[in-house]
Amino acid sequence: MEQPTPAAPAVAPPKSPDRPPLLEARDVSKYFGAVVALEHVSLTVRAGEVNCLLGDNGAGKSTLIKILSGVHEPDEGTLAVDGQPVRFGAPRDALNAGIATVYQDLSVMPLMSVSRNFFLGNEPTVGFGPFRRFDSATAATVAREQMHQIGIDVRDTEQLVGTLSGGERQTLAIARAEYFGARVLILDEPTSALGVKESAIVLRHAISARNRGLGVIFITHNVQHALPIGDSFTILTRGRSGGTFRRGELDAASLHRLMGGGEELEELQADLEILARREAAGLDPVAGLQFGSEGHH
Amino acid sequence: MATTQPAAGGESGPAPGSDRLRQISLTQRVLAKPAAGALIITVFVWIVFAILSLSAGSAVFLSVDGTFSYLDVAAQVGIVATAVALLMIGGEFDLSIGSLVGFAGIIIGIGVTELGLPLWLSIFLAVALTTGLGVINGIIVVRTGLPSFIVTLATLFIIRGLTVVMTALITNITFIPIDRAAVAADPIAGFFNWSAGPFKVSILWWIVIALIGAYILGRTRFGNWIAGVGGSASAARNLGVPVARVKISLFALTAFSAAILATVQSMTFFSSDVLRGRGLELDAITTAVIGGSLLTGGYGSVIGAAIGALALGMARIGIVFANINSDWYFIAIGTLLLVAVVLNNWIRRRFAGLR
Repeated sequence: MEQPTPAAPAVAPPKSPDRPPLLEARDVSKYFGAVVALEHVSLTVRAGEVNCLLGDNGAGKSTLIKILSGVHEPDEGTLAVDGQPVRFGAPRDALNAGIATVYQDLSVMPLMSVSRNFFLGNEPTVGFGPFRRFDSATAATVAREQMHQIGIDVRDTEQLVGTLSGGERQTLAIARAEYFGARVLILDEPTSALGVKESAIVLRHAISARNRGLGVIFITHNVQHALPIGDSFTILTRGRSGGTFRRGELDAASLHRLMGGGEELEELQADLEILARREAAGLDPVAGLQFGSEGHH
Repeated sequence: MATTQPAAGGESGPAPGSDRLRQISLTQRVLAKPAAGALIITVFVWIVFAILSLSAGSAVFLSVDGTFSYLDVAAQVGIVATAVALLMIGGEFDLSIGSLVGFAGIIIGIGVTELGLPLWLSIFLAVALTTGLGVINGIIVVRTGLPSFIVTLATLFIIRGLTVVMTALITNITFIPIDRAAVAADPIAGFFNWSAGPFKVSILWWIVIALIGAYILGRTRFGNWIAGVGGSASAARNLGVPVARVKISLFALTAFSAAILATVQSMTFFSSDVLRGRGLELDAITTAVIGGSLLTGGYGSVIGAAIGALALGMARIGIVFANINSDWYFIAIGTLLLVAVVLNNWIRRRFAGLR
């Protein structure tokens, strides 16, 4: 096993459009039998930028992520790192290219301590031969420092991860990915299971990673979380690209519409207005009312 | 701090979560260890049988001879308990371990009596072949992705059956006596049957294996992989842990310890028997569970399993010393197991802060 190679303290590279993007998917397609999981989708992430990948459930976000992180190979199209075409045959290849994915399950073990989780698969060792052992002192110090840097104070790194909150676990997974040399951080629905306060912490990590010069791909179906942090937005609907937009080009309503959920939301809005009017007129708001959404089916 | 702060976004004021951490006392830290429950249970078992023994008018349970006799019984299970606990922490079972003990013993017997090999060579052959069967167990589990409970239940029948068929074909009986003179003259047999008064070397094997196992689990990179693989094999794979290698090694280790136990038994009893090790799989799983290992993997203790073996040995011998019908042994063990699981569960929730 190779020794872990912690990332050098990141000096934010200057943002410039002439530098090749850190990671690019060019016109990729993926089919599972007769199912079109993804067709002609492109995505670009540059150093120091957050690209939000938006889409409803089943839009193909997960498939695209799995292609970018080496779990699947695309059936058509190519990937490029620093402008150079690459092939990822296994998750290891993507990791070695500096692409770290924080999956929804976070890959943390609830029954292992914080420091053991932090270094799982990349354990620091001391000693030689049969006496080569896990360097628990270094592991504890580094884990505490890295977690602190990203905003979580773990006093006792021997604490089991199962005792941490969802946001703290997310932080652990992100801090770990960064420490082991991530240049591109792929965050798969990091806020979907979190409360308001914890979501804010995670969103702040995404911005902080961008400020340190990393490229961030932020997957979500929550427009409210994507809008404040995204530099660009790529939209997926039913496995096809709904376009890529720069910050400021779109507002929340148009993002929703592009994701395919706009109509439903507008319908809901109309229903609510009817309810409000009836209530104002002193009528029983729901008696005998045919909702618009029911009329469509 | 001399470093300059990033311009924006990175710093988040007082760390969230810190106001939600309690100070933890030393007692709580000790009780948070997975082996805590096993220790409490074992002390309790000792007290119960000391009282039962004394009230039956005998102090032999408390004597040196009495103590060494239950230590020897505990060592029989204890020798395999470490590997079984490691395997369980790694998320797998080996139900074939008892049949592996029978197999290894028979290989030693056949090697010496039928093939005319020197005893030490037969022992090496038995250890190598048995470990090989463990590797096969591991490869089948890893390749098929089937639950190891089912795979090793199948190999339990196959290995036990194969051992009986092979022995019957070669020797016509299922029990092979080994020449005492050959054992006495052998350069390595003493490692397995040496004794001084009531002290038997098997006790040393049990303790040394437990210490090595605890070192591996708690202090090495491989130990971290074991817990990780048991916690979630797919997550561990995502992080670059060689999952298949870890699991196969653990099956090999379990089979290896079965071969050591078989050697101890055949050198002590001067014989091998196809039926040796029957029921060992359940004893070993019982000790691992009393020791705080989770059936679902990812959590447990080697020292706890070694202590669990002690509780089992005490109960088995204590019942005899207390002059109680030994049929009660299984009732005692069942109760012990149930109490231990409930206690370990409670400790885990209360002191390790887990739900």
